[in-house]
Amino acid sequence: MRGLLFDVAHLLAGSLVLVSFMQLYQDRLSALINTFALHAMVLALSVAWQAFIQDAPHLYLTAALALVFKAIVIPVALQRIIVRLGIHREIEKVVGVGITMLFGMGLVALSMVLMLRVTAEADPLAREDLAFALAVVLLGLLMMVTRRNAVSQVVGFMSLENGLVLAATGAKGMPLVVEISVAFSILIAFIVIGIFLFRIRERFDTVDVGALDRFRGERT
Amino acid sequence: MNFDAVTAVLLIPLSAAALLAVLPGYRITARLNVLATLLTWLAALSLLFGRPQAGAYFHVDDLNNVFILLTTFVGFTTSVFSASYIGHELETGRLTPTFLRFYHAMYQVLMFAMNLALVANNIGLMWVAIELATLTTVLMVGIYRTHEALEAAWKYFILGSVGIALALFGTILVYMAARPVIGEGLDAMVWTILAHHAGQFDPALLNLAFVFLLLGYGTKVGLAPLHAWLPDAHAEGPTPISAVLSGLLLNVALYALLRFKMLLASNPGALSPGPLMVAMGLVSLVFASFMLYRRRDIKRMFAYSSIEHMGIITFAFGMGGPLANFAGLLHMAMHSLTKSAIFFAVGHIAQVKGTQKIADMGGLTETNPMLGWGLVLGVVAIAGLPPLGIFMSEFLIVSSTFAREPLLAIPLVFGILLALGALFLRVNTIAFGEPRGPTMSSNASYVPMFAHLAIVFLAGIYLPGPLVVWLQNVAKLLG
Repeated sequence: MRGLLFDVAHLLAGSLVLVSFMQLYQDRLSALINTFALHAMVLALSVAWQAFIQDAPHLYLTAALALVFKAIVIPVALQRIIVRLGIHREIEKVVGVGITMLFGMGLVALSMVLMLRVTAEADPLAREDLAFALAVVLLGLLMMVTRRNAVSQVVGFMSLENGLVLAATGAKGMPLVVEISVAFSILIAFIVIGIFLFRIRERFDTVDVGALDRFRGERT
Repeated sequence: MNFDAVTAVLLIPLSAAALLAVLPGYRITARLNVLATLLTWLAALSLLFGRPQAGAYFHVDDLNNVFILLTTFVGFTTSVFSASYIGHELETGRLTPTFLRFYHAMYQVLMFAMNLALVANNIGLMWVAIELATLTTVLMVGIYRTHEALEAAWKYFILGSVGIALALFGTILVYMAARPVIGEGLDAMVWTILAHHAGQFDPALLNLAFVFLLLGYGTKVGLAPLHAWLPDAHAEGPTPISAVLSGLLLNVALYALLRFKMLLASNPGALSPGPLMVAMGLVSLVFASFMLYRRRDIKRMFAYSSIEHMGIITFAFGMGGPLANFAGLLHMAMHSLTKSAIFFAVGHIAQVKGTQKIADMGGLTETNPMLGWGLVLGVVAIAGLPPLGIFMSEFLIVSSTFAREPLLAIPLVFGILLALGALFLRVNTIAFGEPRGPTMSSNASYVPMFAHLAIVFLAGIYLPGPLVVWLQNVAKLLG
């Protein structure tokens, strides 16, 4: 039974890395957001599984948060925002897909080598979880670096953060995990509101008339 | 819950924030803001006479007491400056009353978050507090809602979030390292317990954790090459926030790094964190000194000067040892006081001139003698000329470096001199020569600025014995 519990945790964490890779080659924004929703869903499953095997009921809360907030609310909001901003059909390519994927593979290899070597004495479940989590974090960073669009940078940041939640839940018995995941959700909510306000300003300068007047007044 | 100073330091700003968020009227709220920060400072002062026991969440020792006193004091003087600064912003219509209410509430939330990060005895709680401080400053940087301000806030937000995320990964790794020794649960995240057992932690895991923490909190300290958010955030936000950012928030992030450095230092198998910090400090110092020459915006220039000084401080703590740590602490305190005094002057100067461009300023010592000379004094202090306080701390850092690693002293001195040249070049055009740009009298309050400069001046001439002993104790604590 122990073996099965372990294998399922492994499978879920591994799928998270896989979905991270899927994000890397999405060049349409709405497809990217859908992939992120999948990412968050896999995370929710993984966290719920951890809650089950660690017998830590408070982690179910983190899982529920991931499912409701990150897999449903945020993607829906982002989809609406990109439609409102008229960038939902945009295709972005900064670095070629092939090169990005190669880089991604290198980063995953790096995190495996690093974490497995460093944590040789830790218990196997935690150390493999941590290795996968680091891979997800690094892939998120890679995405933030290779994209230009604010929305896809934010998606990169959110998948990075998913990796952190995976790491935090994998560290058995870590206190404050729920609080930290709530704090992160607040941060993300702010970011999404931020894009909305910020991008609107950049594209249609006339929505906020009061601010516009002030802006002009300063320039002359 | 029995009442003690730590609770007061946290509860006063929090309740003041709630109150300021609902109260209308600029005069009352600005005064209330000053009153709240004054009370917080007094509560922090009372920590000198009696400290509560370390609990699972809060503790106060010699190290963070220095930081708390400094934070609450500069928070108080900045609120005095802010009262006269904000009045002018309201008159010119850059801020509306609604935003002003928001500004005051956020100011108190920021004070709360910084105090929480400082008194936290728990690495998770400290992380949450620093995140809260980041969020509030992001909101304040963007408060003018001009295109530039929003862009600066956005940049700060994204880079700050990445830094915060990396720091969290480091925090998790520290917990992983502590768990086999201390056991599961809250204890494995408590500073006092961690410090006690750090010697038995797995060194490899601790090393990896420190790399993440250095990158994460280093972003918040503004160390090159992770500094990109800092000049924009300083230049576009309201000047009181630039003063608090430079003088305080950078210190708080550095404090977090120092705590983790202490963990590594007490583990014999772990890599010594010193060389990493020395390298990052030197890179920041030299890089920022070069960048100082190309600045056209007065607030941006002093933001780069903050990067330079954070580099020096990180360098000093990286060198370690009683003397360098002592000098680092002193330099940190002097830099906070001087840099916030400079920002007080700069805030009023920018209001008088109606711009932040250096090219449009000139002859300030003739048109506005108090502001002009205040700025000159501040720059003399920040450049490290004798007999002011920064000269003393820089002298200590340089001389202790010469004694131990003469080769490292060369780039250090080079960077300091380079910065000195750039600062004088610019301040010469601002303060002396033909008056340029619009002139009007300023009804600024000069008290906070000259109070800070007076302390810096006194500290350069004479440091009281008990203070020296105290700082020496802290320096020993830092290892």
